[in-house]
Amino acid sequence: MAGRDDLLALLLRIGDDHLILGHRLSEWCGHAPMLEEDLALPNMALDLIGTARMCYGYAAEIEGDGRSEDDYAFLRDGTDFRHILMVERPNGDFAFTILRQFLFAAYMHPVWDGLTGSTDARLADHAGKAVKEMAYHVRHSGEWVIRLGDGTEESARRMMAALDELAPYIGEMFESDETAQRLVTAGLLADPDAVRATFDGTVSRTFAMAKLPSLDVTAGISGGRTGRHGEVLGHLLAEMQFMQRAYPGQTW
Amino acid sequence: MSDDTRNQMPRNLMPLWEVFIRPRTGLAHSHVGSVHASDEVMAVQAARDVYTRRGEGVSIWVVPSASITASDPDQRDENFEPSASKAYRHPSFYDIPDDVGHM
Amino acid sequence: MYSQGLIGADGRTVEDEEFLTRFQARIDDEQKIEPNDEMPEGYRRTLVRQIGQHAHSEIVGMLPEGNWVTRAPSLRRKASLLAKVQDEGGHGLYLYSAAETLGVSREQMTEELIDGTAKYSSIFNYPTLSWADIGTIGWLVDGAAIMNQIPLCRCSYGPYARAMIRICKEESFHQRQGYEIVMTLAQGSPAQKAMAQESLNRFWQPVLMMFGPPDGESRNTDQSVKWKIKRFTNDELRQKFVDATVPQAEYLGLTIPDPDLKWNEQRQGYDFGPIDWDEFWRVVKGNGPMNRERVAARRKAWDEGAWVREAALAHAAKRQAQAAE
Repeated sequence: MAGRDDLLALLLRIGDDHLILGHRLSEWCGHAPMLEEDLALPNMALDLIGTARMCYGYAAEIEGDGRSEDDYAFLRDGTDFRHILMVERPNGDFAFTILRQFLFAAYMHPVWDGLTGSTDARLADHAGKAVKEMAYHVRHSGEWVIRLGDGTEESARRMMAALDELAPYIGEMFESDETAQRLVTAGLLADPDAVRATFDGTVSRTFAMAKLPSLDVTAGISGGRTGRHGEVLGHLLAEMQFMQRAYPGQTW
Repeated sequence: MSDDTRNQMPRNLMPLWEVFIRPRTGLAHSHVGSVHASDEVMAVQAARDVYTRRGEGVSIWVVPSASITASDPDQRDENFEPSASKAYRHPSFYDIPDDVGHM
Repeated sequence: MYSQGLIGADGRTVEDEEFLTRFQARIDDEQKIEPNDEMPEGYRRTLVRQIGQHAHSEIVGMLPEGNWVTRAPSLRRKASLLAKVQDEGGHGLYLYSAAETLGVSREQMTEELIDGTAKYSSIFNYPTLSWADIGTIGWLVDGAAIMNQIPLCRCSYGPYARAMIRICKEESFHQRQGYEIVMTLAQGSPAQKAMAQESLNRFWQPVLMMFGPPDGESRNTDQSVKWKIKRFTNDELRQKFVDATVPQAEYLGLTIPDPDLKWNEQRQGYDFGPIDWDEFWRVVKGNGPMNRERVAARRKAWDEGAWVREAALAHAAKRQAQAAE
């Protein structure tokens, strides 16, 4: 049976995925390719950060040792983070950012969809909101994937380059471990095969319209779920955690 | 900006779309502003991201700005003044005694 | 007075005395001017310049605050700041839309911003050096902006007035967000309070400069007031701002860095010390601490976004061609 530790692990996995990707998206703030996108990207970032806050707040309650949502975000070191490696990758160009957003949302949408039926009421409740947010992320980033994939020669070349960069990080989304298996058995987490099937369908439909080659998910680079991250994470955290580290124990 | 630069549009101009939002069901869509987008799908998404960040709407229309036909301002007087003198189209034109009650 | 000018979005007419009198009568009657209406070329040009500068200020204004989005000290602050900076982008967008009704494209205005010919509020040429600056900007810079903007909701040009109404409604959280940050610091540790005071010290004068040069030196004010594009003069707004802000600073226990600041019982307002207008002009002319970086950042975003915009247009063209087959 899944216990308290498994639920905590799940909250940190989801929370960290959302926080780190939200942080990366927020780096675009004021630098997007067009003004409309300067509004669209923060909308998505705010959805992601909102979910991270829910996860950390819930985790803090379960742990019950007086930690706050901010302690999870700002006072853990890199090896304690549990997000998949894809979300911490530097933004690259708009093709990379938007393709990553699409792949993450295409994965997360069926995860949340499954969680709407979770035996954990709190998660199920949040899933009802998050599933709609992810549906929009899939649509918005997917429409861009189509336009960039089937736009100009340059945009197609950039999309292919982004796909090459991201491909090794896709497999990690679907890896399972004992924790995940217990969560599935306990009805806390959706069946990974169903998630994968939905993801494949979403990606293949969009890629066909984008004139991108079909996605071949193979075992690639992983380690995020056990805290083995890339060097880039340390720099991300150095920036994100600066204030809390420089001025410990203050209220902001 | 000098006057003669006004009509020299830069290349690859993003089309302009007028945005209409229905604030809630039961109300008509009304004009809220415009967005730039390459096509109608992106225009609807841009309108959503720009104009409904605070729950302002339940439905969006976008229309290419270039597709709007407007009445000619030079014809404003002939279009709209003639109706001003036809008070008999309004209920207050008719005298009904108060005793009759609301009508 | 005769001048040959462009009228409205695309017409041409002769601005004779009779026309100008008729136009002024509409303004005096508090009628709104709408995009296709006849308008003197000077009125149109003043609006294009003012709305353009206002839009650029919102867009460039995303940068100093965006500088702290990734370093916000709590998740709550991070979300608020991101939403606020996003709003600035939205406000720039509404304003560009308003200017577009006068026959200039956003692309043209953007080109003028990134080639350095267009002006924007000089306050954004100062750097954000500490987290307290994010609070100070919300409290003072947005506070000053609101002073400027509320009268603009009644501006004679319809699209500008409507954009401003939307902007003012959305901005109402910005100043509160900033003040709350500064208040948290002022009530926090000695280091936090010092951070807040240091930030106030740096921003106070530049914020006072936001209202523009003194009335005697502002060549645009008279005509703009007559056309009801502007409703108050620079000095009037500056005074209103000081009077509103001093008690707010006192509540926080922060000191406004002006030894000459004192209540004038007779005028029922605060007297304040001289403003360093040499610095103002230096910054306006391009030599503020951040002018080059701000414009360069916008140019980079625009240039690096070109392939994205081209791809979207190319895709739309392909789809149209397919539909036509």
